[in-house]
Amino acid sequence: MAVTFNINTGSNTPIYKQITDQVRLGVASGRLAVGDQLPSVRALAEDLVVNPNTVARAYADLISEGLLESRAGRGVFITQKRKIYSRAEGWRRLEPMLNALIGEAMILDFTRDELREAFEEKLSKWKHQKGGDGKNE
Amino acid sequence: MNNESVIQTRNLTKYFGGKAAVYELNLDVPRGCVFAFLGRNGSGKTTTIRMLMGMVPPTRGTGTILGHDIRALTPEVRARIGYLTEEHQLYGWMNVKQCGEFQSKFFAKWNGRIFRGVAGHFGLKPEARVKDLSRGERAGLCLALTLAPEPELLMLDDPGLGLDPVARRGLVESMIFLTRKSDRTIFFSSHHLSDVERTADYIAVFDRSILRACCPLEKFQESVQQVRLRFPGTPPALPKIPGLLQAVRTENELRVTCVHYNGEAETALRALSPVEMESVPLGLEDAFISYLGERGEKTFILSEMEAQS
Repeated sequence: MAVTFNINTGSNTPIYKQITDQVRLGVASGRLAVGDQLPSVRALAEDLVVNPNTVARAYADLISEGLLESRAGRGVFITQKRKIYSRAEGWRRLEPMLNALIGEAMILDFTRDELREAFEEKLSKWKHQKGGDGKNE
Repeated sequence: MNNESVIQTRNLTKYFGGKAAVYELNLDVPRGCVFAFLGRNGSGKTTTIRMLMGMVPPTRGTGTILGHDIRALTPEVRARIGYLTEEHQLYGWMNVKQCGEFQSKFFAKWNGRIFRGVAGHFGLKPEARVKDLSRGERAGLCLALTLAPEPELLMLDDPGLGLDPVARRGLVESMIFLTRKSDRTIFFSSHHLSDVERTADYIAVFDRSILRACCPLEKFQESVQQVRLRFPGTPPALPKIPGLLQAVRTENELRVTCVHYNGEAETALRALSPVEMESVPLGLEDAFISYLGERGEKTFILSEMEAQS
């Protein structure tokens, strides 16, 4: 497992959503590959000190999205990546982060060109990673 | 898993003098869940727990615990319930081991491994005297004494009260560990919403003797939403919004917190023609505070706004 889960209480994001978001990010960034096994519900719950039903709900959501697969008696695995969100839904989720990024960059006095450059550089690093190539369309 | 309720009340009411401590409470706690009982100080939580344990007779209404009438609980039924009171009453002259031996005599079933395991989890030495223990250690000892008979239902009255963060984490870990047995139910009251967020399947929110919400934890969190509206100048007066909890206005912003934010509320807010309008989810603590926050201040703000219009 190449993802370390990290849970914050008191967040605007419910715990089950923090878990699903971190699995999605792991897959998108290539840190989680098809066939990788995730910890069992019980193990992750005790590791994060959260109710096992919360972890089970997160896994159930990811299974119904087609990102995870439960193999009887063996555990939970990352499965073939399928299209998860519609484009519209994707934009809806991306926009607040873009706003936050640009806002922060403006506060810190970065120029537009600097920002573009940094953005391109980061993108070039992600190119070879699984899932970062835009095949999601 | 079955759907049977381990706790069920119908119109359960308790008056002290002319004042209702608990008013017409209807509660269903499913078997196998972790159920958090929330509310401000003096809202009736402890009275409810004491009624459920058969220690305070209700003024009217009915209740069952593990299927038995709370007005006539037998010692056999009580032995199946682990009740941890707020006070952590112990004999100061006993040591940790003696406390366990003493308590075990009152129960047909006693699991010494659980007792030593939980006590060890809180760093308690068997020969340590109760009078020398810290508050967190006493809480750990009480928890060990409560868990050792392997009760099928745990009633924990504010188990985190006065504990330091390390001791509280120990408590939360113990609660998570207990869910390994899927038919075990934990009913607890607490003010520590981060602990509640980690442990609870369901929450019940009590407000001045009345139950105001009872639902899955995430549902509560998701049904309280804040809408932020920005205006070019001073925000206009707020119209009637269904489910309004709080409204705060700043120089050119209006922040409206609603429960069950829906199309009707959205239409009413859009009609104010803000330049920008976004709805943001709230964390459990903010949702809780908006839900139970002082009405006085809220109506004050609102009436002031109405006066301006």
